[in-house]
Parts: sequence; C-alpha cells; structure tokens
Amino acid sequence: MRRLLWPVVVLVLLLALNIFFTPSFFSIQVRDGHLYGSLIDILRFGAPLILVSLGMTLVIATGGIDLSVGSVVAISGALACLQISQDAGLFTAVATALGLCLVLGAWNGLLVATVGIQPIIATLILMVAGRGLAQLITDGQIITVNNPAYKVIGGGYWLTVPFGILIVIAVLAITAFLTRRLALGMLIESVGGNAEASRLAGIRARGIIIMVYAFAALCAGVAGLMISSNVSSADGNNAGLWIELDAILAVVIGGTSLSGGRFSLSGTVLGALIIQTLTTTIYSIGVPPETTLLFKALVVTAVCLIQSPTFRAKAFRRRGRPASQSPAPEEKVRVTA
Amino acid sequence: MTAPAPVLTMSGIGKRFPGVTALDGVDLRLLPGEVHALMGENGAGKSTLIKVLTGVHPADAGTIVLDGRNVVFGSPLEAQQAGISTVYQEVNLCANLSVAENILLGREPRRQGRISWRRMRARASELLARLDIKLDVSAPLSTYSLAIQQMVAIARAVDIDARVLILDEPTSSLDADEVGQLFRVMRRLKEEGIAILFVSHFLDQIYEISDRMTILRNGRLVGEYLTRELPQVELVAKMIGQELAALERLHGEHKTFDRPLVEARELSRAGAIEPFNLTIHEGEVVGLAGLLGSGRTEIARLLFGADHPGGGELAVGGTPVSLRTPRAAMARRIAFCSENRKQDGLIPDLTVRENIVLALQATRGWTRPVPREQQDDLVGRYVKALRISPPDPEIPVRNLSGGNQQKVLLARWLILEPRLLILDEPTRGIDVGAKTEIQRLVAELSDGGMAVLFISAELEEVLRLSHKVEVLRDRRLVAELPNDETLTTDVLMETIASGGRVS
Repeated sequence: MRRLLWPVVVLVLLLALNIFFTPSFFSIQVRDGHLYGSLIDILRFGAPLILVSLGMTLVIATGGIDLSVGSVVAISGALACLQISQDAGLFTAVATALGLCLVLGAWNGLLVATVGIQPIIATLILMVAGRGLAQLITDGQIITVNNPAYKVIGGGYWLTVPFGILIVIAVLAITAFLTRRLALGMLIESVGGNAEASRLAGIRARGIIIMVYAFAALCAGVAGLMISSNVSSADGNNAGLWIELDAILAVVIGGTSLSGGRFSLSGTVLGALIIQTLTTTIYSIGVPPETTLLFKALVVTAVCLIQSPTFRAKAFRRRGRPASQSPAPEEKVRVTA
Repeated sequence: MTAPAPVLTMSGIGKRFPGVTALDGVDLRLLPGEVHALMGENGAGKSTLIKVLTGVHPADAGTIVLDGRNVVFGSPLEAQQAGISTVYQEVNLCANLSVAENILLGREPRRQGRISWRRMRARASELLARLDIKLDVSAPLSTYSLAIQQMVAIARAVDIDARVLILDEPTSSLDADEVGQLFRVMRRLKEEGIAILFVSHFLDQIYEISDRMTILRNGRLVGEYLTRELPQVELVAKMIGQELAALERLHGEHKTFDRPLVEARELSRAGAIEPFNLTIHEGEVVGLAGLLGSGRTEIARLLFGADHPGGGELAVGGTPVSLRTPRAAMARRIAFCSENRKQDGLIPDLTVRENIVLALQATRGWTRPVPREQQDDLVGRYVKALRISPPDPEIPVRNLSGGNQQKVLLARWLILEPRLLILDEPTRGIDVGAKTEIQRLVAELSDGGMAVLFISAELEEVLRLSHKVEVLRDRRLVAELPNDETLTTDVLMETIASGGRVS
C-alpha cells in the first residue's frame, strides 16, 4: 500500500529518535506477569485515541466530521462511574453508558442527515452541550470509584497483555469486518465520494450517515470507559479534552481525505500511534509538555494546506513550478509530524 | 441596410482547452440598441465565448474591439470597468443585504468616509425607476421574487455605465409573467442604446425579444442572422447541424407494442415540466427529442423518482405508484443512466468494479455484500461485453475516458436487469466507436423485451433507435410521432420549431 508509506516512515523515524534518548526504549519485559516497556506504554496510552480515531475515520469518509467525541468520552466515563459509585453492577454501568453514547451519536447523525445541518455545526452543539451534560452527571465533582472489575477495562491485563490493547484489537476487527467484509465500507465511500450520485444509485445515505455517527460515539464511549477506568475516577471537565483534534489529525495523517471518500483503517491506527509516540517522544526528550498542543496544531494546519489543490498550485507557481520539486514540501511536513 | 457601427466586435476568436477546441474562428458583433441572441446547443461554445469576452478566460486567437479600440481583458473586473456587464443565470447577489446595498455594493455614496444611507436609497430608487420598477429599496433582497432579484442584478449591472449587457440564461427559472417583466426592462435598456447579448434556450423568447442572432455549433460560427428573417425550423437545423446521411434504422421489422409498462397521466412538476401523458410499452424504445432545457431530463427524473411530481399519476405495470425515491423506482425495476455522469453518476474514487456493483449492492443493503466471485463474474462479463478499456476492473473509474465511464455507468444498471432503462444523453461527448456500440446495445436490449427511454440531442440518433418519438419544446410535450418512413430529421426539426402546432 503506497499511501501508507509515509505514515510508516514517520512512525519508524519517531521511534528511532527515542533510541538516542532512551537506550532501553525497544526492550519489552514480563514483570509480575505483565508485559512491560515503552512500546507497550505507547499502545496502552494510545488505545483511547485509536478507538476515537476509528469512529472518526468513518465519519470523515462520509464527508462529515465529529467534534463531539471528546465530550462523549467525558459523558461515558461520568455515567459509568456514577452508576458504580451508586453500587450498580459493572454490566449495568457499562451498558447504560454505552447506550447513552449511541443515542447521542444517533442525534448527531439525525441533525446531519435528516435536518441537513453541516456536520461541523451539528456536532459542535454536542461538543459544547456534552461537557455540560458530563458535569451535570458528576455534579461538578470528580467521582472516584473503587471497583476492581471496572479497573480492568483501562488498567487491567489479560494473558500478560494490557486489556485496553485487547479492546482496541477487538473494535478494529469488528470495524474491519463491517466495512470490508460486509458492504458498509463501499457504501460509506460512495456517499462520501459523491452524495447525489449515491442517491441516484439507490443508496439510503441517511441511514448510513446516522449509523456512522452513532458508531463514532460508541467508539468514543468505550474510550471514555477506558480512560476513567484507568484512573478510577470520572472528570467531566477534562476527560477526553481535545481528543477530537488528535483523532482528526490521526485520520488525516493516515491518508483519509477530509473531503470524504476513500478511507484507510490501518492508516488511522498508524496515525494515532504516531501522535501517541510524538507525545511520548516529547516527554522523553524533555520538551516542555505545554508546547505539544501547539506543535500538533501546526502539524494539522500544514497537513490540511498540503491536501488543498489550490494551495499546492499557488505554492508551486510562486516557485517557478519545476515539477520535480513538488514532493519536497510534503516530505518535510510529514517528517516533522 | 444602414446599421449603426457596432459597439463591440469580436473576430476570429479561438480558444483551446487541453484536448478540446472550444472556439475556432468565431466572430460576434453587438450593435447599440439591439438585443442579440447567442444560440447553440450545449457544448457549442456559448459560455466559453462569454467568458472570453468578460475576461474570465484569455483568448488564444482573435481580437476584441470595443468602441474602435483593441481591448484585452485580464479579469471580469477589467471588462466591467470598460462597460461590459454580465448578469448570470444564478443571481449572484447577497440575499441578506438590502436592495439598495446590493445595487451599490462597493460604490456606496460617501460623505466624509461614511456611507450616506439616504443618498444611497435615493440613488438606488432612481436606478430602478429607470427600469420602470418601484421597490422598497431598504428591504432585504431575499423578500423579493427571483425575477425581481434578477432586475436588481440588471440595475446593478447597468449602473456601471454599461455599454454592453450580457444576460446569460436569465429566464430559465422565471415564469411567464416574470419573463414579460424582464423583457420590458430589456426593451427599456435597448432604447437607451445599450447592446444586449441574450442567451436562452427558449425559442419563443428568442423570437419575441431578439433583433439579431449569432449561431454557434461545435465551437464554430454558423452565421449571424436577423431574427425576423430566419424561420424557426432553419434555426433549429443550424443549431443541431443537418446531416442528411441516409438513416439506417436499427430496428428491422415493424413491431406492435400492446403491453404498457409505464404510463404517465398528466404528470407534472412546477418549473420543470408541464403536465404530460406518456406510455412506454415493453420492448419499446421511446425517443425524447427537443432542445436543451425543453424538459427532457425532467421527464426522466420524474419517471425515476429522482424528483417528486407536483401532480398527475404514474402507473408501472398497471399498478398506480408513487415513486418517492430512486430506490422505489429501482424496486419496480426502473433504471436511470443520468446525463451528467461526473456529477450524478460515478463515484470517481471508487474502482470500476465498485462502481458497477454499486446499484446492485444498494438494493441488497450493506449487510448482504455481493459475494466477490459474483462481483468478479458480473463485472468481467460486462467489461467484456461493453468492451470497457482498459479491461482492469480494479483501477479508479476517474482514470477512464468519457466513453468508458459511460459504459461503466451503463453496466451498473444493466446488471440489475431493469424492465425500463432510461438513458439520458448516453452518447454525449464520447467517440464514434463507443457511440455505435451503445446504440447497438440499446437495440439488442429492446429486442430482448426491455423498454428504453432514449434521450439525445442528436435527432439522427433518436430516429435511428426509437419506435416512437416524443417531441418536447419549452417544457411541454408537444407531439408524439410514430417512427415510420415518413419521419425524418426535417420533420422532427419542424415539429420542435413549430411546437407541434403545424403538422
């Protein structure tokens, strides 16, 4: 796959960079019956982002975008923790939290597909309102829970592997099955590639769009459970803050165009891993963490600009348009990512 | 004849785009105080000529003389400053601003750097009064009808001391009264000595308002004529191009059709097509003839459920139906190959295979994928049968040529084995070889019992394939002609031109 070449190169470069600062970076050991090492940490801490990005990939493939996933992360964690703190069973807590997420996602989808509100606005509503809802659930406090079973979701291990990684693998497998084994992927790409032509080909775009937003919210919900379980508490204010930005970035780095159409699940996973590795790298080489957000924002901007044909045409015309130069700037940006 | 000196003379205009010659040696002259119609079918080069004149595209060859001076416009703004104003089909004003603001946007009367609203309103009313229009100029533009908005656009255009006013299909979304209103304004401007270039697909309007016309065909000049001296039938012939080659009818023996498949009774849609009756029988090829904008595509879209009818009834196989979506039409085995394959047909990013199985997959829903072997089998069969080239089903469809893209679209519908196949301009813009193949395929399909509604701007093609021909003009179905020995392209053109009144 040629379009996965750059994400792979970037990821390898970032990992290689760490060797200079942390010689033991690539070592993986088994301690106390758990896998342990920097690479495992990247996967473990990157798991929520990968989940959110998978949902975001499908939304973006339909030509939409979902800004509300961060709020959904907070709502899901808050509702689950609230229920557990009120002595509800683990299953009930998880099921109600994910159920609410599905409803919220379907609401986004309805606004986009039936009412015709632009996706960025439609999901902005829930992005803002959702934070409020999460705080309402937690009553403005941080709910702390002490439930070993709940702790497993984000912080536990199974057969030495962190449980979060197993969840990601399962969700990835299900998504891949739905989109690539069944025909969902083709229909999503068709709706995102040309909505009117899809309608005239008899595709029920409305149902597909609602389903995709619901799926994105579900993924965000699972990520929210993972995050709150890992720290055994729910913070309506800060859980999943800005994760939508990272997820969009992951999707774009993974080679799915923001204008919709073709999408790549493996590209998205790579993109999310790149971002997590970038964060880890910034910590390990001692860059102050407050610059990471700024840095990521710069990368998003650069990637979007490079995707724009108008920008490319303008940038290269000014340079006297030698054709051989065209790959150069792309290379630069991708490497800095 | 002593005509006044032209305000504007374009001569020998040539324009090439990669792979196409859009204009080749075209002349156009506009006389003061005249309405000049620019005529031609789709792709004849009308809009390219207007774009060259208004500085959107630079010309590759030829000269433009305005008031005796050679001019070259680098941008629409330069053209406007030189006195050439354009009002486009889609009104490009700001609906949220007031009428006065729209008219004087960018040229607001100022006092000490601040906008003088009072003088602005006065000036705007004055300009509208010049066109015999009275409006509350401080009301938002959106409170007025499309026709009034068009007048406001014209008022804005002529305020810039216009010498030449270009009206590009201004009437396409207006009703009869509004057209009358527009024409009064045009006559008024004419009296003031402004040269008007008018583009419309409605022949009646052309004959009502224009003094002179220039006809283009395939990027070449056919000629300049005085409207009153050119009978309508000759105009149609000149626009379409009269090819008197012997017609080879693809259907051999005369067949009778007695099993109606689709019956439309007084079906209509406001602003698109007047009520019409149409019966399509099994195995019958029905041709739709008419100029662009005469309602050909509109009929097709109604029969496919792509648009909702405003009135009338539709029956498929004897049962009354209401086709609310394309999906509903597909369930009754009606297929529609749209005219604009880029916009309404193909998904450019997807592969040839995916594009071909798309409609079949849509009917099955996403949970029941078409098995890969079946896909490969179907796609392979149609790639071979339609000679789609390159014969690799895994390349993105956007990499194919126009003719092959058309075949992909055709294959998408053929694998559904429809009972009625609607083909809207299936042969436009494709080479002769592919054209003949598609025509032959249509004949074969109808021999196999499939009904076909065939829409084409090429009358010869319609005649060659159809069992009967429906003639459209100005959004009305004006005649139904059985395709026998007496029917020729001349008769068809006559019918289009006369609107079926003489026959």
